[in-house]
Amino acid sequence: MSNENIIECKDLNKYYSGVHALKNLSLKIKKDSVVGLIGDNGAGKSTLIKILSGAHSPDSGHIYFEGNEVKFKSTKEAMNLGIETIYQYSALIPQMSIARNIFIGREQTTFSLGSIGLMKTKSMDKAAMDALNDVELHLRSPDTPVNQLSGGERQGVVIARAMYFKSKVLILDEPTNHLSVKETNKVLRFVEGLKKQGVTSIFITHNLSHVYPIADHLCVMARGEKIADLAKEDTNIDELTDLLVNG
Amino acid sequence: MNTNNLKSILMRPEISTFIMFVVIMTGFFIANENFLSARNIRIVMGITPEYIIVAIGIAILMISGEFDLSVGSVFALVPMTMVQLVHQGMPPWVAIALGLSIGIAVGFVNGFITLRFGIPSFIATLGMLYIARSLTTVATGGFPPPFPHELPNELFVFQFEVFRASLFWMLGVAFIAGIMLHRSNLGNWIYSTGGDTAAASSMGIKTNNVKMFCFILCGFLAGFAGMIQTFRIEAPLPSQGYLLELESIAAAVIGGVSLFGGVGTIFGAAIGAILIRFLESGIIMARIDAEWFRAGLGSLIIISVVFNTWVVRRGENMVHKNQAEENENSSQKNNSVTESKDE
Repeated sequence: MSNENIIECKDLNKYYSGVHALKNLSLKIKKDSVVGLIGDNGAGKSTLIKILSGAHSPDSGHIYFEGNEVKFKSTKEAMNLGIETIYQYSALIPQMSIARNIFIGREQTTFSLGSIGLMKTKSMDKAAMDALNDVELHLRSPDTPVNQLSGGERQGVVIARAMYFKSKVLILDEPTNHLSVKETNKVLRFVEGLKKQGVTSIFITHNLSHVYPIADHLCVMARGEKIADLAKEDTNIDELTDLLVNG
Repeated sequence: MNTNNLKSILMRPEISTFIMFVVIMTGFFIANENFLSARNIRIVMGITPEYIIVAIGIAILMISGEFDLSVGSVFALVPMTMVQLVHQGMPPWVAIALGLSIGIAVGFVNGFITLRFGIPSFIATLGMLYIARSLTTVATGGFPPPFPHELPNELFVFQFEVFRASLFWMLGVAFIAGIMLHRSNLGNWIYSTGGDTAAASSMGIKTNNVKMFCFILCGFLAGFAGMIQTFRIEAPLPSQGYLLELESIAAAVIGGVSLFGGVGTIFGAAIGAILIRFLESGIIMARIDAEWFRAGLGSLIIISVVFNTWVVRRGENMVHKNQAEENENSSQKNNSVTESKDE
């Protein structure tokens, strides 16, 4: 973890048809850290990540990425800068193979006319297997359809994809939801591995016990506001639980 | 490993359709050995390419997660436009180009209405089914026009020894569509759009553009195939392609294309279309009353989808079983993990 901020948000506000979903939110995220973003349902976590991932734009406020102000018009723009978001449900196409999923929208092509070209399937298959091995996920074949993988393995594929495309920031939206304990541990190991490889992760969850062991920094939200922003050494699990429950 | 590969090949729905195809062909051959005579193959394959081309367009659109019920009407409207334009004194090739662009325009309108207003393509194209059929009838002016022999129909339907020229046009279409769908990145976008639109767009795919492309391609191919049929029978009939929309969807579904998008192949859709035409011929050759064709087709649709679903389920169960076994082995090794997998 370095002292440089990779993302800085200043006074972000967002309204959804009259509802003030995000209230003057300011947040600094240090490079190469794991930030746990916790809060109950409706706390504004999803609104914040939608803004950071480029899916929505804030009604007011500023976002700085690596020191420069950014205004994303689409998720593609955020992805091009190296901010990749892993949504809870919709990150992979179940019927498609692992290799094809890893390269959706960023296929390696040859003989291309404009943006359309023939896919280099062999090299994509090999790159997919290498990317999976990099996150310690050992699967049989890049041709396996994703719907034959377990929940934890699917998250592993998504993380491998983000790693392969050299993401600088990975936003994980409830990555451990609906996973068994064993599968959850797998995902937590993937996220710990990211830090070593110089990737900053923002881990969104309402389950404190999942993120606490691996987080460097914890940020608690309630009713669209940030109510606490603490380094792990300055807090403990009881204080955080209290904040989470009583807001 | 090898048995796994074999399983995964057998799990592919278009392969089970192919197996069914072989079984049905054998059955009809036993009933009447003339069924596979050069003469009968010549007759059936003389008309089949038109249906395959429509089925390919429908299959690609269905893989992207949408429907087109207007293909049967476009199948009539496009050649009718060409014929009438030539009667107006337009050069044949200009008339062909304008006619095909009607197919493209109908596809565009189908896509625009579906995507812009967020309504099911089933409804948008159902409306277009009636509109395009009505336009076709209006364009005849009340009486089907004669076929103008300025049109270069021999180029598309010339009868060779066994096959017609249309077969080679169809092979060209299938080859290009196959490369596009299975080998190009555009194909990857089509599968991902149909598989899970939200996921695809979160990965930066412009899913509406992808669907629009498929609508347009489907309209174009339906018009192109209709042109071939009119060129073959040398009579532009306003009733041409009646109920073809359902038959094309049937061909795609028999060939393993999913109604829910994201699954299917060009090969499967082509086999589905061929199977329907040989079923029709086989029933006649077996001296069964031709009225039984629709009952046969209906049964074929149901049987093939049930069979495909069963094969895929079986394959998935095998994989899950393997995974569960592997998990068990690894947990015995670790000797500490008490969790078992959810599934």
